[in-house]
Amino acid sequence: MNYLSKGYVTIEELKEVLGELPSEERLRQRPVAIPECPQEIPCTPCKEICPTEAVLMENPNAIPLVDYEKCVGCSLCVQICPGLAFFMIHYKGDKARVTMPHELLPVPEIGEEVILLNRIGEEVGKGKVVLVIPREKSKGDTPVITVEMPIELAWDVRAVKVVRE
Amino acid sequence: MRLTEHPILNFQERRGKKVTIYFEGQPIEAYEGETIVMALHAAGIRVLAHTFQKDRPRGLFCAIGKCASCLMTVNGIPNVRTCITLVEDGMQITKQKAKPKLPTTAKPPKWKDPEKIDADIVIIGGGPAGLMAAIYASDAGAKVALLDENPMLGGQLVKQTHKFFGKREQFAGVRGVKIADILEEEVKKRENIKVFLETSAIALLQEDDTKLVVGVRKNKELVEFRGKAVIVATGAMERMIPFENNDLPGIYGAGAIQTLMNTYGVKPGDRVLIIGAGNVGLILAYQLIQAGVEVKAIVEALPKIGGYFVHAAKVRRLGVPILTRHTILRAEGKEKVERAIVAQIDENWKPIPGTEKVFEVDVIALAVGLRPSIELLHQVGCQIKYAPELGGHVVIRDKRLETTIKGIFVAGDSAGIEEATTAMLEGKIAGIAAALSAGIASPEWLKEIEKAQKELDEFRSGPFGRKVLKGLEKVVVE
Repeated sequence: MNYLSKGYVTIEELKEVLGELPSEERLRQRPVAIPECPQEIPCTPCKEICPTEAVLMENPNAIPLVDYEKCVGCSLCVQICPGLAFFMIHYKGDKARVTMPHELLPVPEIGEEVILLNRIGEEVGKGKVVLVIPREKSKGDTPVITVEMPIELAWDVRAVKVVRE
Repeated sequence: MRLTEHPILNFQERRGKKVTIYFEGQPIEAYEGETIVMALHAAGIRVLAHTFQKDRPRGLFCAIGKCASCLMTVNGIPNVRTCITLVEDGMQITKQKAKPKLPTTAKPPKWKDPEKIDADIVIIGGGPAGLMAAIYASDAGAKVALLDENPMLGGQLVKQTHKFFGKREQFAGVRGVKIADILEEEVKKRENIKVFLETSAIALLQEDDTKLVVGVRKNKELVEFRGKAVIVATGAMERMIPFENNDLPGIYGAGAIQTLMNTYGVKPGDRVLIIGAGNVGLILAYQLIQAGVEVKAIVEALPKIGGYFVHAAKVRRLGVPILTRHTILRAEGKEKVERAIVAQIDENWKPIPGTEKVFEVDVIALAVGLRPSIELLHQVGCQIKYAPELGGHVVIRDKRLETTIKGIFVAGDSAGIEEATTAMLEGKIAGIAAALSAGIASPEWLKEIEKAQKELDEFRSGPFGRKVLKGLEKVVVE
């Protein structure tokens, strides 16, 4: 895997790290947490905060894996992760809702249209913000947003750009 | 330019009363609580001096009092470190263009008998290691004197807006700035810790079994600290790399940029090129974006990113390229950085002709590593050994961080470059061990040392700890 020479993971690399991705059926049930943390680093808050013990780590340096069935989609891991490496995906009809950390200004508002960025910062489309957990309500001091987008972008979009006139 | 909005920090709350300082006779707006160089930078002044022989412009480099890049004449006194000297209303600041002379008309300060501070344990450095050492030494029963040459406690924590890694009981998930607040609060709660800010330790001496630390407060007052044990937690100093024009103002150590924007809310520039894709360079890139500064690229000579992947991913998805196997050839600009020339390098680290790229930037950030600040340990005669895995020369010590001189301890980056999390654990161990060595702590405290040692082992057990462990093998003795 050469994610360390590029600075991002491809979806194939992510599959290799996570073993398997959640099934389409699971993705439609409720939001599911996806850790994009392929490197062994000494870090455990995701495992410690998870209320259903869905984050699996054998030791503090292990790569976090998620038991997709146990995951209730509460987003606490997204809120706490110091590496801003946890996301949630939820399929709804022909749309997907991606939940991600957003530590930049401005924090978008519910209903606002935002530009979707992939893992290398390319603009790949537009989405609509459907949920915002502001910093003061976040358990990890990080604002978290959920953005609705075309379903085919769910595994590419990992950030947004807020453009206001 | 000053920052008014920030996703994490609130500068309006922090800024003190408005005052006026004078640069070469011109009035400049400043705020109480900020250092001279920060106010100058906010006013757009980047050239702080010209070299005496070749008349080359000089700017800021480390911003934490460790280099000589920001020396200026303040109120007639030459060679003042303007990066750690606070502004005062009416201050007169001038550039040094020739070898400065001491003023002949001003009265020198009267050297009365210096103030004498007696403590059980003297701790030099109020960063993560020093603060934890103070807290635990105090809890183990010791009377502590803690000195730091900066105007605030917290060391480099005060400019870390990112959340820390590790376990939650080790502050994982908490931002560095917040950890600094928490530790400072803990120190203030303890009556047997006395804190001396703006106080530089200029000598560490041994008088029989007593240790003597000679301090200078606010550049003019001599203070003597005596203790049964001393803990040196003096941190580290940013490294420099050779390239053409690497002395142009606008080429800053990564930490200096963090000090500008995160501690004092001063925008370091508009467009930045970062050299080094270790954790410091990657974190800096994200912090610059948070402060509204454009990051053009991160340049890394190694074929892969040296820092945590997750820090790289954070800036990649905001569109920052990371150019591995690249190096900076030169900086260009008249009085300050105007552009940087970068090229790809081959297997033998030689630039490949024809691969040059030009970046129009006004700041070049050097995040090319740190070296431990061991000057005081060296001076008092502790045994030193070279361990490149730990950042260079470090002291020989045992598992409780006691050096080859009984009663002198080391902790944090001055013991070897690592993480703030490990600095805090080392501080805890050194604090308790010093209290034990001074004959104050009860043997039950040994359990706490063992606990912290276990946590350190655990933290270092992954791939990122391997290099550190290799270095420790060379310098830790039984």
